[in-house]
Amino acid sequence: MPMMSIAEALRLAIREEMERDPRVFCIGEDIGVTGGFGGAFTVTLGLSEQFGHERVLDTPISEIGLAGAAVGAAMAGMRPIADVQYGDFLFCMMDQLANQAAKMTYMSGGTVSVPMVMRAPVGSTRRGSQHAQSLEAFMCHVPGLKVVAPATAYDAKGLLKAAVRDDNPVIVFEHKLLYGSKGARSEKGALSPVGEVPSEDYIVPIGKGIVRREGSDVTIVGKLLTMYQALAAAETLAQEGISAEVIDPRTLVPLDKELILASVRKTGRLVVAEEDNRTCGWAAEIAAMVAEEAFYYLDAPIARVSSIDTPPPFAPVMEAFYLPSADKIVDAVHKLMGKN
Amino acid sequence: MSGQAQSLLDLYRTMLTIRRFEERANALYMEGKIPSTLHLYIGQEAVATGVCAVLKRTDYVLSTHRPHGHAIAKGVAPRDIMAELYAKVTGCCKGKGGSMHAGDIRVGMPPAVAIVGGNAPIAAGMALACKFQKNGGVAVSFFGDGAANEGAVHEALNMAAIWSLPVVYVCENNLYGASTSFSTVFNIANVADRAPAYGIPGVIVDGNDVEAVREVAIEACARARAGAGPTLIEAKTYRLCGHSRSDPLTYRSKEEEAVWRARDPLVIAAQRLKERGEASDADLARVEAEVKAVIDEAVAFAETSPDPLATDALKHLFVGESA
Repeated sequence: MPMMSIAEALRLAIREEMERDPRVFCIGEDIGVTGGFGGAFTVTLGLSEQFGHERVLDTPISEIGLAGAAVGAAMAGMRPIADVQYGDFLFCMMDQLANQAAKMTYMSGGTVSVPMVMRAPVGSTRRGSQHAQSLEAFMCHVPGLKVVAPATAYDAKGLLKAAVRDDNPVIVFEHKLLYGSKGARSEKGALSPVGEVPSEDYIVPIGKGIVRREGSDVTIVGKLLTMYQALAAAETLAQEGISAEVIDPRTLVPLDKELILASVRKTGRLVVAEEDNRTCGWAAEIAAMVAEEAFYYLDAPIARVSSIDTPPPFAPVMEAFYLPSADKIVDAVHKLMGKN
Repeated sequence: MSGQAQSLLDLYRTMLTIRRFEERANALYMEGKIPSTLHLYIGQEAVATGVCAVLKRTDYVLSTHRPHGHAIAKGVAPRDIMAELYAKVTGCCKGKGGSMHAGDIRVGMPPAVAIVGGNAPIAAGMALACKFQKNGGVAVSFFGDGAANEGAVHEALNMAAIWSLPVVYVCENNLYGASTSFSTVFNIANVADRAPAYGIPGVIVDGNDVEAVREVAIEACARARAGAGPTLIEAKTYRLCGHSRSDPLTYRSKEEEAVWRARDPLVIAAQRLKERGEASDADLARVEAEVKAVIDEAVAFAETSPDPLATDALKHLFVGESA
């Protein structure tokens, strides 16, 4: 089975969907320029050579415009895969996402569909505050949007294909340190996981999480980069005799609640890790859901390992302080287990 | 309403339907039958009517918080709009839209976009779809002078221009964005003056003359369908009513209103019909009666339609579950 980075897996998914369905096209900034970058992180590299510049459509630097064009094209029968160079730029297009894409089906009484995909790279990577934020909580808060967050190459291909085929707007969050982008667009300090990606057509269903590591003492929920930090923490904890179960929700909306609840009922303890900042965040929602639905199974308070409530700072020493990490997850588990 | 070539009497009938629909809706609002605000289109009927007369059923119209006129002109059934104003389950949006989101995608009009300027990039996207699908379709974005200063409109006009999209942008300049007068927020005389900055034609038309509006719409749509790109039409017009139901109109002079009231698009069309001998007073009275019957039926339909269930609020968040 071919081994691929996440950037390669996403590219393969786009290529297969564009070959399969003439309604599918890409729209974004710097995605198809001949001699260009193939998007900010090389995901669309080479696609304009295969499909032409009409189907790999470079836009002006106009985030409202490109998002609205994706909304309108989707409403009129196309299947756009839009992307934004950095997740932070989603704020520029928020009206088109939150007021238009998300509400059109509802306001029409179910007669209008908006089958669009919006891909967005997130993660703090030494670029300062405006190319770094994780916006999962913002988008998960919008009724009418589906949100996915693939952390492996296998899931990247399968979830993106599922998103393209979904009849609703789907936001795809991708982590900059997981792409495995090569050449000038490679990232310092990247984890860049390479994984097996089947050549054949498959999807990862939207709404299904996965247990990445089984355990019995504590449940750690992590997505994107924090899923890997959770796995690293689980390895450390195992050496101490603490058995951690790691859950990757993969889809954030609709959430696979039962997978998380079943794990917490088994372990009695929950740590939620996220790169988004803490207040009114995604981890807070997971914690509330578990408190409401599995409170009597808990042997300890629920812990959150989130970024602090500041903009992402630039200096590496401050950025490390801001971000979650495997060590911070281990510390959180220790507290729940009565250690330290 | 749209489709084959229409006589001036046909256009007059559409304008009158919009006018009488809204007058009735306003009265029903005063009676407490309509649980929302209303942004009335009274005085601007010639713009929607003239433009939509050129469109096919499958062409797209994107509207605003003031959508009743566009909806009727594009062919949304008045009874379905009235039922929507009544918040009935039989409404064109099943009671999930209300006045500001009237529309019916079956006649090419998605729910109206009530975020000022928000429909402009969507119209570009629908036109982009028409271009991909090579179906000869056109998208029309109606927006006001207020919306012309939104960044979304700028981004959309530029994208439509560089890709030669089959879209027509129709700015209905009624001289006021809510209560703010045009001259206080523009340093130029005409919205259409901005068109050359995008490299597209800008056309100014008397928005109270339905035939004049139709003429410029014919040319703009032909240009769009031919692949020559968008046109910015500025229709000079006037609200003969308040911005919304709570507007006392204290920011406009009575003299200014009188000038425009004398230029009521229905009056202009009726005079022209009679001057040309295309309609007599008896003909106009007959049209009035026909329109009244349509509105009466729309109100009866809305009155007798069932309310949605409270739990219908849970429906239609997503379509299907295909993936």
